[in-house]
Amino acid sequence: MNVPEELQYAASHEWLRLDGADGTVGITDHAQAELTDVVYVELPSVGKNVNAKDQVCVVESVKAASDIYSPISGTITAVNEALTANPALLNTDPFGEGWIFKIKVEAGEDIENLKSPAQYREQIGGSADGGI
Amino acid sequence: MSAPAPLKKTPLYDQHVQLGAKVVDFGGWAMPVQYSSIMDEHQAVRTSLGVFDISHMGQFFAAGAGAADWLNTLLTNNVTRLEVGECQYTFLLNAAGGVIDDLIVYRIEDAAYLLVVNAAKIEEDFAWMQSHLTSGVSFQNCSDLFAGFAVQGPKSAQLFDAFFDGKYSRPARNEILTLQIDGATYYIARTGYTGEDGFEVFCPATEAVRSWKDILERGAQFNIKACGLGARDTLRLEMCYPLNGSDLSAETTPIEAGLSIFVDLQKPAFIGREALAEQRSAGVKRRLVPFKMAGASPPPRAHYPIFRNGIQIAETTSGTLSPTLKCGIGMAYIPTEFARIGEQIEVEIRGKRFPAVIEKKPLHRAGTAAA
Repeated sequence: MNVPEELQYAASHEWLRLDGADGTVGITDHAQAELTDVVYVELPSVGKNVNAKDQVCVVESVKAASDIYSPISGTITAVNEALTANPALLNTDPFGEGWIFKIKVEAGEDIENLKSPAQYREQIGGSADGGI
Repeated sequence: MSAPAPLKKTPLYDQHVQLGAKVVDFGGWAMPVQYSSIMDEHQAVRTSLGVFDISHMGQFFAAGAGAADWLNTLLTNNVTRLEVGECQYTFLLNAAGGVIDDLIVYRIEDAAYLLVVNAAKIEEDFAWMQSHLTSGVSFQNCSDLFAGFAVQGPKSAQLFDAFFDGKYSRPARNEILTLQIDGATYYIARTGYTGEDGFEVFCPATEAVRSWKDILERGAQFNIKACGLGARDTLRLEMCYPLNGSDLSAETTPIEAGLSIFVDLQKPAFIGREALAEQRSAGVKRRLVPFKMAGASPPPRAHYPIFRNGIQIAETTSGTLSPTLKCGIGMAYIPTEFARIGEQIEVEIRGKRFPAVIEKKPLHRAGTAAA
């Protein structure tokens, strides 16, 4: 499983890419592999204030609906509209074209609760070298 | 609280794990829900070939001079219409006409019948039937001795011919062939739950692994895929085949489910007959009908509320994203007055209502299974 080094991870399988206070959120390669065949993404509302661990949107595979949680507190500034027409981007490029929303991070301390790539890899039982 | 009972495993459990299946609890059984992807497995069955482990399903044998008459007092369809080697879909009902189980009865010998029942209902069905057993009938639950596979898809007939090298002729639709292979009895029926041509094979559990591997090996030339319960559900729902426990239950009757053709009210007596005859003459208050989502929406799933003109009229019994039709589909018991093709309804999904339209059965019409 791919677990990119430059990202931080929530135990609930979301990733966070931080550029100053600007965050981008998606689901991990492991999560998309577990879900398989994403067929619908219900995007969050732009402008919404969320707390870390709040359920913010829903991803549906053929067999089940899965809640997606915000890994951090802040205000949602953008959503990936491309997922509406092409939800499978979550499967094909979970760390790139399959990003779900952007968030203006408010308080910094939530970051402490996120996992490093090594910690997340340990959680999903992946190999230490991060090989796919 | 006692610990939950361990999940039962079919003889093919290790094969599923080796093939990388995701295994789930299905009515107490550890079953593969998918191997690679529900979409791919679904597509394999619609376009070429798939194989499902159906070893969890139950096999009962009823034999003896009185077997047909006895079965006729318990099952809705008319067993006496079967020639040796033929089968029929039928229902086991409670006294109120509610569905205990839906099953297939195969006449395998002049006075011997094989019944294939749903996995989660094996004990209940057997206890119910045995409590009504009459003399002159031997009735046995042989579920643990049998494994089963469903080979489904337009290439099924070609696989059959390749598999047996032309040695046996294929059974016709709704017929069953009994074969002795290396001393083991195989039942091969031209039946299925996908809408495509195909075979359901029942063999001794001891032969399961070898047969499964053989089927995958011989099927490779047709790009056969091992398929899980996920694809089984999307395939059957596109055909509007009911799933017991979801679309059928002790509270619903075959008449309400729109399956009267499998009920013979001409038979003088069978358990549930009075209730069904009453419904037949008075008319049913609700009918199980399929619907299609009318635009972009999340996939509907079971137990979502259904509205018409702002008033809740039903809830979904099944729902999914149809891989073939590329839209949400489902079924629901709709009040008869609204259970019309073309009727517009709304399905509530996480607090939002999405338009849907009641459709004709089946939702997928291009299947290769001849009726």
